[in-house]
Amino acid sequence: MQSNQKDKVQVITGNEACAEGALAAGLKFFAGYPITPSSEIAEILSLRLPRVDGRFIQMEDEIAAMGAIIGASLAGAKAMTATSGPGFSLKQENIGYAAMAEVPCVVVNVQRGGPSTGLPTLPAQGDVMQSRWGTHGDHPIIALAPHSVRETFELTIRAFNLSEMYRTPVILLMDEVIGHVNEKVILPGPDEYEIIQRKKPDVPPEEFLPYKHTESCVPPMVSFGEGYRYHVTGLCHDETGFPTNDPVEIDRLLRRLNGKIEVHRDEIIDVKEDFLDDAKIGIFAYGSTARSARRAMLLAREKGIKVGMLRPTVLWPFPEKFVRPMGETCSHVIVPEMNLGQMAHEVEWATCRNAEVVKINRVDGEPISPQQILDKILEVAS
Amino acid sequence: MFEYAKYLRLNKFPLIWCAGCGDGIVLKAMLRAIDKIGLSNDEITMVSGIGCSSRLPGYVDFNTLHTTHGRAIAFATGVKIAKPEMTVIVVTGDGDATAIGGNHYIHAARRNLDLTVILFNNNIYGMTGGQVSPTTPVGKKASTSPYGNLEPSFNISGLAQAAGASFVARGTVHGAHMLEKFIEKAIRKKGFSVVEVITPCPTAYGRRNRMGTAVNMIQDLKENAVTLKKAAKMSPEELEGKVVTGVLVDIDKPEYTEEYAKLSEQLKNKVGVD
Amino acid sequence: MPKKNPVIEIKMEWCKGCAFCVEFCPKEVLQMKGIYPVVAKIEDCTACGLCEVLCPDFAIEVIAEDEAVKK
Repeated sequence: MQSNQKDKVQVITGNEACAEGALAAGLKFFAGYPITPSSEIAEILSLRLPRVDGRFIQMEDEIAAMGAIIGASLAGAKAMTATSGPGFSLKQENIGYAAMAEVPCVVVNVQRGGPSTGLPTLPAQGDVMQSRWGTHGDHPIIALAPHSVRETFELTIRAFNLSEMYRTPVILLMDEVIGHVNEKVILPGPDEYEIIQRKKPDVPPEEFLPYKHTESCVPPMVSFGEGYRYHVTGLCHDETGFPTNDPVEIDRLLRRLNGKIEVHRDEIIDVKEDFLDDAKIGIFAYGSTARSARRAMLLAREKGIKVGMLRPTVLWPFPEKFVRPMGETCSHVIVPEMNLGQMAHEVEWATCRNAEVVKINRVDGEPISPQQILDKILEVAS
Repeated sequence: MFEYAKYLRLNKFPLIWCAGCGDGIVLKAMLRAIDKIGLSNDEITMVSGIGCSSRLPGYVDFNTLHTTHGRAIAFATGVKIAKPEMTVIVVTGDGDATAIGGNHYIHAARRNLDLTVILFNNNIYGMTGGQVSPTTPVGKKASTSPYGNLEPSFNISGLAQAAGASFVARGTVHGAHMLEKFIEKAIRKKGFSVVEVITPCPTAYGRRNRMGTAVNMIQDLKENAVTLKKAAKMSPEELEGKVVTGVLVDIDKPEYTEEYAKLSEQLKNKVGVD
Repeated sequence: MPKKNPVIEIKMEWCKGCAFCVEFCPKEVLQMKGIYPVVAKIEDCTACGLCEVLCPDFAIEVIAEDEAVKK
């Protein structure tokens, strides 16, 4: 290692990487509420933001924090909140608002055991489906799941970029292991990542339609106070942004909102494929569980078992395009999750049940070990 | 006499509110106050929650934000802190601000964030069909208190005062000129300001409680309104059922966004941080 | 020069007939005709503007003499 590279080595946690990634992405407003195991993100940002012309506020509750970041984003600031299970539940109504009113924002959920207060200090992956369907109604959403400290940094930046590009809330679905694990990292410098800003209108205010049905399904956005006065509501609205009960307009709106993720699926989805070319047994794993899965895969390979792995960094939209071929080439697809099988169902339909989906589930607050996955590989292979 | 049109989205008229609803009177008073201060339309963000009064921002040509039930102040907090130069006015009702949104109301007051809250108190949930609210008087009927309300009500202005607001005033739609002055003072005030407006809901509240027509309800307001000065000389028994109007709080104290800006400035000038 | 009366304009399409303008006019200038107000005694109008201030629906406008000239 070169000495200048050596200087850049840091030992930090996922929560720290998340805060750093947010700052790198241009975060200017953070609102939060204390909750384990995400609080360090707020603590770090309370220290850093006032020094970089950014604003930090600890709100009176989780709902308020979510509301505040939507308001700040409409005022032009890149905005984020961070929470865990119980807080994530409380934020759901306003996440739906952000989806409906198309307000870019990032919601970090450092998952802990649930339901309810559950396991405040222990990991889980039980909020995967809540990330997709937590708020009522059909709505667009993007959810990312990092598996390491460095990837937390990268995906936090990506979360901001996606939210700005598609005008949608983006969920960064971490877990307690990723949030609290210390890893040696060299974080990428500003020239190593791209920062995306929301697209501004190229028409004068009198021609501006804040919710215009464009080909990309994403209308340009303007901040409050820039001379384009418009109305923002959570009610079904037409292109002008005002409430409507016209079935044609409502249908158009809902289809466009959901369509903007569908249209851009290929640009949004990202998976990491490992040894899938010759694999007879596939593993579908995400977040911290993917670390154990990778280790198990390598151990199985040493034993001559052809195991491959698919690790999505984007959980929603679901990468069925990449999962489907596993059904054709693999006899089994193992899905280890710290929940009772939330993603396994998705894998089942995506593989058209061509392969047998084998679940490994833990909900006891313990991470899934490589040995546990290796045992299952050996069992399946025999 | 007054040119309201420059502040209005006239193509959204007529107003959604029922005949005899006082909300339009408050809207007018607010626009006259804004005009007196000389704010441009671009300088104002108007934020509301859910309910009858919260439909108001749809009619004004400002930056307007119609949010979720109870959360107007939370959204407004984000707007104001992200853009402190913006004049942020919250339009909300008794249910929106003091039931579902009660937490945000008291904490914004505690923080002394420079928001102006115009709180339309009509003693009922109007839009959802006349359910009992935190300000429905004891004994009054609502669609969810058919035998008469058992719960004592909030003193909304007192609540803001106790929580630390810089400016609190109470007016009625009958005293619309006075209301205009209160709103003007509230907007000018650097700090958390509340103007509680007593406004009649003839449809969902008045009718159920046999209070007569909207005109009767306004006349009642006129008769029951007592200025602060007069109220000071009255006994608690005499004040029963009266509406005390006037500026209840007007104090100067550190405002949140200004304090935050000072902190940022200090930190920037400090070399060798952490 | 004879006194010129103010002009009171009522916008029927916005008026909901609450009668506030009629009831609170100190000079009884307006009266209800059916469900809408009409100007009955414009000569008594002092252009105080109370009817305009109390109209919740932006449906009534008082144009004082000097304003009327300007218009």
